[in-house]
Amino acid sequence: MELKFHPLGDGAIVVTAGDSISEESTAFVRAIAERINHEKIRGVTDIIQAYVTVTVCYEAEAGITYKEMEKKLREILSDISPAGKEEGRIVEIPVCYGGDFGPDLSFVAEHNGLTEEEVIRIHSGNTYDVKMIGFAPGFPFLGGMDERIAAPRRSSPRLEIPARTVGIAGAQTGVYPIGTPGGWQLIGRTPVELFLPQEEIPSLLRPGDQVRFKPISTEEYEKMEADRHAYY
Amino acid sequence: MLIIDKPGLQTSVQDLGRPGFQQYGVVAGGAMDPYAHRVANLLVGNSQNCATIEAALAGPTIRFETDSLIALAGGDLSPNIDGKPVPMWRPVAVKAGAVLAFGMAVSGCRVYVAVAGGIDVPEVMGSRSTYTKARIGGLDGRCLEKGDRLPVGNPSVHAKQWTATVLSQAGDKQFCAADWSVSDDLIPLYGKEAEIRMMRGPQHHWFDEESLAAFFGGIFTVSSESDRMGYRLKGDTLRLSEPRELLSEGVVAGAVQVPSGGSPILLMADRQTTGGYPKIGQAAAVDLPIVAQMQPGAKLRFKEVSVEEAQQQLTQQKKQLSELKLSIELKLKGV
Repeated sequence: MELKFHPLGDGAIVVTAGDSISEESTAFVRAIAERINHEKIRGVTDIIQAYVTVTVCYEAEAGITYKEMEKKLREILSDISPAGKEEGRIVEIPVCYGGDFGPDLSFVAEHNGLTEEEVIRIHSGNTYDVKMIGFAPGFPFLGGMDERIAAPRRSSPRLEIPARTVGIAGAQTGVYPIGTPGGWQLIGRTPVELFLPQEEIPSLLRPGDQVRFKPISTEEYEKMEADRHAYY
Repeated sequence: MLIIDKPGLQTSVQDLGRPGFQQYGVVAGGAMDPYAHRVANLLVGNSQNCATIEAALAGPTIRFETDSLIALAGGDLSPNIDGKPVPMWRPVAVKAGAVLAFGMAVSGCRVYVAVAGGIDVPEVMGSRSTYTKARIGGLDGRCLEKGDRLPVGNPSVHAKQWTATVLSQAGDKQFCAADWSVSDDLIPLYGKEAEIRMMRGPQHHWFDEESLAAFFGGIFTVSSESDRMGYRLKGDTLRLSEPRELLSEGVVAGAVQVPSGGSPILLMADRQTTGGYPKIGQAAAVDLPIVAQMQPGAKLRFKEVSVEEAQQQLTQQKKQLSELKLSIELKLKGV
């Protein structure tokens, strides 16, 4: 695949692999990000991996020019090949669906002519790919949701969605790691933290991971949350 | 210790941010006006990354428990101690018990209060910057509140000596400012209008010619919906030449995103790490400190520059700061 390079202002360069979401682009983007991370290029401060792009932030104030950075990246990426899928981890995220944690579960069910139980079964039956982490600390963009449980965003966003809420927006599903406003349909909550500011890697999930949601009862949720608090 | 008697608006502890974690969705953040933040630190003998207090429009009231060396840089929010104006952009020795307060925002929007030794709150992910959205950094991840106590680190030897010497001659005055300051050419003027250098954004060619002409050279007003995440701008409506969807990708401070409504948003320190709106422009990093000092209602005019030109300006500013550092060190040593 031919890579494209262009500047994002005076402190970042964007490497593009393809122009639409595909397994090939995903695999290239992962390989590119890993290679740049591994090379520890002087002056590179951040690497932001997305669907078809890797954005590399660098310290222009230290005298590093765009031309030098593009040349360096072209060199180290000249022989890049797509990352193998088998390296990804499988992460299970327990979810307590419905009730106070998922006030929109009934809407998602009605909207699709399903029962709440069927929505839960479909949502927890699939395996999802973490395409990218962004928008908020530890927030995964997940691919692979079943269209049968798709639901439009709320017409007026909620002012505060509690941390760890699982939601659906259009044909996407995700988990809010931190409390934030938003228009997603809320279907449940996990007792597991996705944003881990005290850890060396502050995100539970990483691009390339696979995610499965496991339904749990309110009692199990409360026990897991109590255990988490005891641990910290 | 510093004691916050009144919090003011959006007052928070900031340093130069927490780079390195954007791949996990954690934005770099940090001081909105890194230039004023850096200069304030240099004036009290700190490294440029020490944590300062950032306040916007309505400043806090801060009581000093011990003799301290401080410096104020950025917007002029009428700083005063015991009702007497405190000069900005220079070192100021203050006595234990003195109370720093602020009044009207005369010019600019954000003031930085540096204290010799730096604000010594715990580091989270390598930084003391407050990121309220994720509730990390600063004091418990939030803006400052009445009664908060902020620990201060160890000042440099020269800062300590300078403060002691100056205060020994202060008589019954609560504070004593240096008789020198940063030279005028290094003090930005914050008006109601500013020209901001702007590079083409990655999707600039998605926009129609009228929109590009309206953007580069046009005038946009900073709306009241402007905060540490970004500035919403009012002006000509910007349109794509044909409908197109952008896949979410990395964004940085200074990026100008245009949602489908056509009103641009200039992303600032606490932006998200990724965005799905096309980017028509990218403000030069060297001019972001000026943007950070614009109040709602101020007008911005965007002047197109190349990436090379923007990078040259940035390295020049870094050189100026290094020179400033040396001359301040000599002054503090000399008393």
